[in-house]
Amino acid sequence: MTTNLTLVILMAVLVACGVTLLLERSLTRILVGVLLLSNGVNLFFLVASGPAGNAPVLGSVGPGPMSDPLPQAMVLTAIVITLGVSAFLLAMAYRSWQLGGDDEVQDDVEDALITRLAERDETSSTFDGGSDGELDEEGADT
Amino acid sequence: MLLLVAIHLVAAAVAPALTRLMDRRAFLVLALVPAGSLAWILAQTSTVTGPDARAVEQVTPWVPALDLELAFSLGTLSWFLAVLVTGVGALVLVYCAWYFRPGDPEIWRFSAVLTGFAGSMLGLVLSEDFLLLFVFWELTTVFSYLLVGHNPERKANRRAAMNALIVTTFGGLAMLVGIIVLGQRVGTYRIADIVAAEPSGAAVTAAIALILVGAVSKSALVPFHFWLPGAMAAPTPVSAYLHAAAMVKAGIFLVALLAPAFADTPLWRPSLLVLGVLTMLVGGLRALRQHDVKLLLAYGTVSQLGFLMAIVGLGTRNAALAGVAMICAHALFKAALFMVVGIVDRSCGTRDLRQLTGLARRMPVLLVVTVLAAASMAGIPPLTGFVAKETVFAAFEEVARTGDGTGLPSWAGWLVLAGLVVGSLLTVAYSLRFVWGVFADKDGAELPREPDAIPAGFLAPAAVLAVLSLVVGFLGRPWTTLVEGYSTAFPAGEHEEYLALWHGFELPLLLSAVAVAGGVVLHLQRYRTEVLQAQFTRLPDAERGYQWGMRGVDRLAVEVTGATQRGSLPLYLGTIVLALVLVPGFALVRQFDGLGDVVAWQHPAQAVVAVIMAVAAIAAVRSRKRLKAVILVGVAGYGMAVMFVLHGAPDLGLTQVLVETVTLVIFLLVLRRLPAYFSDRPLTIARWWRVAIGVAAGVAVGGFALAASGARTLPPVSEAFAREAYDFGGGENVVNVTLVDIRAWDTMGELSVLVVAATGVASLIFLITGRTGRVRPDEAIDHPSRWLRAGRTLSEERRSVVFEIVTRLVFHMIMVFSLFLVFSGHNEPGGGFAGGLIAGLALMVRYLAGGRHELDEAAPVDAGHLLGLGLVIATLSALAPLAFGGEVLQSAVVDGTLPVLGYVKLVTSLFFDFGVYLVVVGLMLDVLRSLGGGIDRGAEAEAEDDDPSSVPDAAPAEGIS
Repeated sequence: MTTNLTLVILMAVLVACGVTLLLERSLTRILVGVLLLSNGVNLFFLVASGPAGNAPVLGSVGPGPMSDPLPQAMVLTAIVITLGVSAFLLAMAYRSWQLGGDDEVQDDVEDALITRLAERDETSSTFDGGSDGELDEEGADT
Repeated sequence: MLLLVAIHLVAAAVAPALTRLMDRRAFLVLALVPAGSLAWILAQTSTVTGPDARAVEQVTPWVPALDLELAFSLGTLSWFLAVLVTGVGALVLVYCAWYFRPGDPEIWRFSAVLTGFAGSMLGLVLSEDFLLLFVFWELTTVFSYLLVGHNPERKANRRAAMNALIVTTFGGLAMLVGIIVLGQRVGTYRIADIVAAEPSGAAVTAAIALILVGAVSKSALVPFHFWLPGAMAAPTPVSAYLHAAAMVKAGIFLVALLAPAFADTPLWRPSLLVLGVLTMLVGGLRALRQHDVKLLLAYGTVSQLGFLMAIVGLGTRNAALAGVAMICAHALFKAALFMVVGIVDRSCGTRDLRQLTGLARRMPVLLVVTVLAAASMAGIPPLTGFVAKETVFAAFEEVARTGDGTGLPSWAGWLVLAGLVVGSLLTVAYSLRFVWGVFADKDGAELPREPDAIPAGFLAPAAVLAVLSLVVGFLGRPWTTLVEGYSTAFPAGEHEEYLALWHGFELPLLLSAVAVAGGVVLHLQRYRTEVLQAQFTRLPDAERGYQWGMRGVDRLAVEVTGATQRGSLPLYLGTIVLALVLVPGFALVRQFDGLGDVVAWQHPAQAVVAVIMAVAAIAAVRSRKRLKAVILVGVAGYGMAVMFVLHGAPDLGLTQVLVETVTLVIFLLVLRRLPAYFSDRPLTIARWWRVAIGVAAGVAVGGFALAASGARTLPPVSEAFAREAYDFGGGENVVNVTLVDIRAWDTMGELSVLVVAATGVASLIFLITGRTGRVRPDEAIDHPSRWLRAGRTLSEERRSVVFEIVTRLVFHMIMVFSLFLVFSGHNEPGGGFAGGLIAGLALMVRYLAGGRHELDEAAPVDAGHLLGLGLVIATLSALAPLAFGGEVLQSAVVDGTLPVLGYVKLVTSLFFDFGVYLVVVGLMLDVLRSLGGGIDRGAEAEAEDDDPSSVPDAAPAEGIS
């Protein structure tokens, strides 16, 4: 099957740029990265789907074979979902700005607490290792 | 039998309603359920017991594919257990009707759980399928957990319930593995078939060992015994039932069930005899130092369970007889004694034997009941306990003298027997301690309050059990006959035992006498033994070991979590991308077998567009301004649209252009509020890491693409799509038919994702569920401007008359065009997605020209309603073919000639596409309301906060709710 080198190189560039931005902390940059990355992946579908051809619409004129319709249907789905994801990430960026004054993703506080427990060789807060207290079927207040 | 279990579970379900209606009297009604079951079981007596016993079976298929069946069987052994479970169960439920105080708010739950437990326990002893038995086994564990945790307000109670759950579930899981190994080995899960097959080998030995772990943990043997005293946190009826008569017997029952086939397995006798005797001694010693009489009984139960395990695990005919007798005797006396504890506790307000005093005079009837039961426990003639214990001694004497087919050396038999006699001695001592502790006059002791009178109904269940303890002792002969259906499964020994009060002057009688005499002496010397015991508290403690183990698990979890969950998003994503590069990348390098047919491009324009896109992408990465990055990514996006068209995908090109436009606008809507520049970050090593990972990912994915496109050997599945699309889907646009017909399930999934995303956006901005946000600034709208209804709600400097006029002119045309795209999409590029996006763009234009109130005027609906309606239409049109005998999502073509329109061809998948259209419009509306109007309102509210004197644009700000 014919491989289109231009598309492959462009795809590699888009993925590289997308991943680089994805690893940032600013949500806006992450979103830009997601968009570039999804463009790259959509290109992957085109590359893998075979050579260019006529539009997959019956009765359209033109010599030669049709382009493969199945990957196109998948990519169409992907494009619209990317729109939904972008809107969601943007709302998150706005909310993050509203709450904290910037749109950066901070390290998780709970995870840091657990890491500190691990460094101090302590048990988790839910661990109940004691044997104190009296058994009683009655309510605590009776 | 399935019916019996089912009735219990139904009764459990209605129990809460019943308690609401009748309060604690509901227990009397519930008691009818086990009592009725008992009647049925007793009716089967002549069939399933005695020398000619045969089991009553009942099989209902459950999951045929897994060979799971609801197989029940009532044999001799399960008959005995079932009689105990239902009989004691009925009595305990009657007892509950007096135990709880009138109006106790917790009994609705308690009654349901206890009845449910009774059903599960009955199911357990009747199960014929091993996996079914396991299901009931775990059900009893869960119900026990709920009952022990009856009062969850106390930390100690919660911990006790959790310990019981963890220990028994641990054993249960080990058992499950054993069951599966055994079942796979034999090829069936029917217990009778497994026992009949008598398999052997290393795998079977391991399986049996695992099953024994389950039995030992459930029956609270050393080293798992500590959960049982903790389980005394449960109300006393629970202790009488679960932790004396029923649940803890499950392990004993299982061992008795398997003993005929597996008693000769290498590990069986050594482990059960050693653990049994050890448990009997540890439990007895511990019982002697308790002051809470309920705990005293709990440790006594631990001790007796060890005794039972030793005898049923022995696996001789005499031992089988003695074991069943002892199981019955124990259930009768221990349940009665727990009931006595409950009565005393309720009546006097304490269970501490240092406070209880003088009850012998005040409660003579209770004293008689207690003495009968305790005498049975101590093994005093003529009570049931004595008869059973004599036979146990005789069975072990036989083993010690002749081996009795067990292959045990003589010294081992004598040693075990000696251990059991010492254990019995301890039993006598703590029996005396119990009676003395509850009833005797003690110097300096004082009751916390004057004892209440005991209602007859409260006392009756305990009295019934105590009297049975007495009566059954005289019924040795018929009792022996009943058990024969089980004991004959073992090979006959030289010397056949039978149950009787009098066997003549033989060794067992002497041993009984020794035990009683020693016990009395020990009780008289109780202060000295207490002092002695106090010096040995430093002995290894199983509970401490358990706590240590649990702590280890928790520490391990903390360490693993701390080491792997660093909480940094870039780190997680980087790890994922690196895995993508390394794992498939490694395979790529190893397996790459040359390129296919490579061309530079198929159309020269591709190269031009590619250069533009690549430059834009790289510049977007380097950009330090938000706006610049967004515009550059937009350039790349529009470039994608060109690429799609060049490839021969006009639908994609159209959709990409629309999506890119929408994305750009909503980006700008949000960027209004965000800082212009990204936060300044020095050029650190981390940045080079990011670039390096990015480049590696790009190279790897490029390599995958080369390999993937060169690797295709078969024609694509979609080759036939074009013909199918026309013949079955009735459309000429293959991509659209693929979306709404051939692969419509994908689209259904996508619609759900869009609804979720839209809801997420709205909830992040509005933080409430309602999303119309429609508060009309009436004054401005009642005097609409010339072109747009809500035009006046914007301040003058933000209005543009030209924009308003254009909007007015094109809005309706765009809306009509969007619908046209939906209808024509089946044959030409277009469809629900493109149509919905175009309608969304029309709304966006209205918003940009006239502000958020104009948007409300343009679309006076809740975006959530649109999303929901779209999803409903899509779902209905997917299901509709079922009504006509078709399949889900099947399309039908309807054509005909209409008066005005001429020839019309309607494909039913159009309705589905219309659902897609509505969902996309809903998404767009939600996004515009949230990121447009929602952010506007936030900004207005902020401006007002900053400067209270300033008048906001024109509309009063509603503020963020």
